[in-house]
Amino acid sequence: MRLKALKTVFPYTLPIFAGFWFLGLTYGIYMNVSGFSFVYPMLMSLTIFGGSLEFVAVSMLLAPFAPLQTFIMTLMIQARHLFYGISMLDIYKGTGWKKWYLIFGMCDETFSINYSAQIPADIDRGWFMFFVTLLNHMYWFTGATLGGLLGSLISFNTEGLDFVMTAMFVVIFLEQWFKDKKHYTAVIGIASSVICLVGFGADSFMIPTMLCILVLLTVMRRPIEKAGETI
Amino acid sequence: MTITQQIITISLCVLGTMLTRYLPFLIFSPNRPTPKYIQYLGKALPGAVFGMLVVYCLKDVSLISGSHGLPELIAIASVIALHCWKRQMLLSIAGGTVCYMLLVQFIF
Repeated sequence: MRLKALKTVFPYTLPIFAGFWFLGLTYGIYMNVSGFSFVYPMLMSLTIFGGSLEFVAVSMLLAPFAPLQTFIMTLMIQARHLFYGISMLDIYKGTGWKKWYLIFGMCDETFSINYSAQIPADIDRGWFMFFVTLLNHMYWFTGATLGGLLGSLISFNTEGLDFVMTAMFVVIFLEQWFKDKKHYTAVIGIASSVICLVGFGADSFMIPTMLCILVLLTVMRRPIEKAGETI
Repeated sequence: MTITQQIITISLCVLGTMLTRYLPFLIFSPNRPTPKYIQYLGKALPGAVFGMLVVYCLKDVSLISGSHGLPELIAIASVIALHCWKRQMLLSIAGGTVCYMLLVQFIF
């Protein structure tokens, strides 16, 4: 049962394997050349398991000690997980002890796969999502640790490989687009993000974007429910 | 920074991250019915979130300098074309990524 779930899950996680190894290695190398032992990326990739924050954390560790600023920064970078949690309330229900690990490992990529994957009927949902989470977690952990160990010894011409993550989100977005009839929610997501990105800049547009999305989804509740985009 | 300060800094990153991941599950217990509005949000949010994530990936692309976002535009168009044509998730992702790598390494 478990082995079968693992075999089914593996192909779904391949793009993340490529992306996480590349980004994880980059992150590990970045920590290494910033003067940290491999123990740092190893433990941080295991416990934080959130790519963008871990990159920022390097500069936090190099700067003077500022706990409050660190905490607020973390909440701002990671706030989007609140949306994932609200979306997964029902989906993670009834998965027993695995639920706590599923929530722990709910990064962008894991959320996207677990939310959008069409899980075959003969595969246990709980184990499917568990292995998606575990594999992704291990890809990131091994990539970051290896990068930390090898440091700048690695020279690779993999410029542009990080696009694999963008490509994956584009595909998942498309799949969602095909499912919806009126595309209200997709347009709200893209429009809010683009407008806030232009208005607030790359470093601080996520919180305004999330507020924008919340307001628009609330105002548009009637037409969205009527179009059946919530099934 | 001392080692203790480093441990506190990293712990705060972990704590903040886990707070954002666990909070919805702690507020809305499975034993009580989830409010209708939150149920609605849970179903309407992903559609918007996937769009947001695409933009998030592209946030550092500059349209006015460098290659003007052309490699990204072409690669995304190829992902969309491949996906509409074959509907094979891995093929679309791999094809788009190879296309992007060729573009940034050899052309732009």
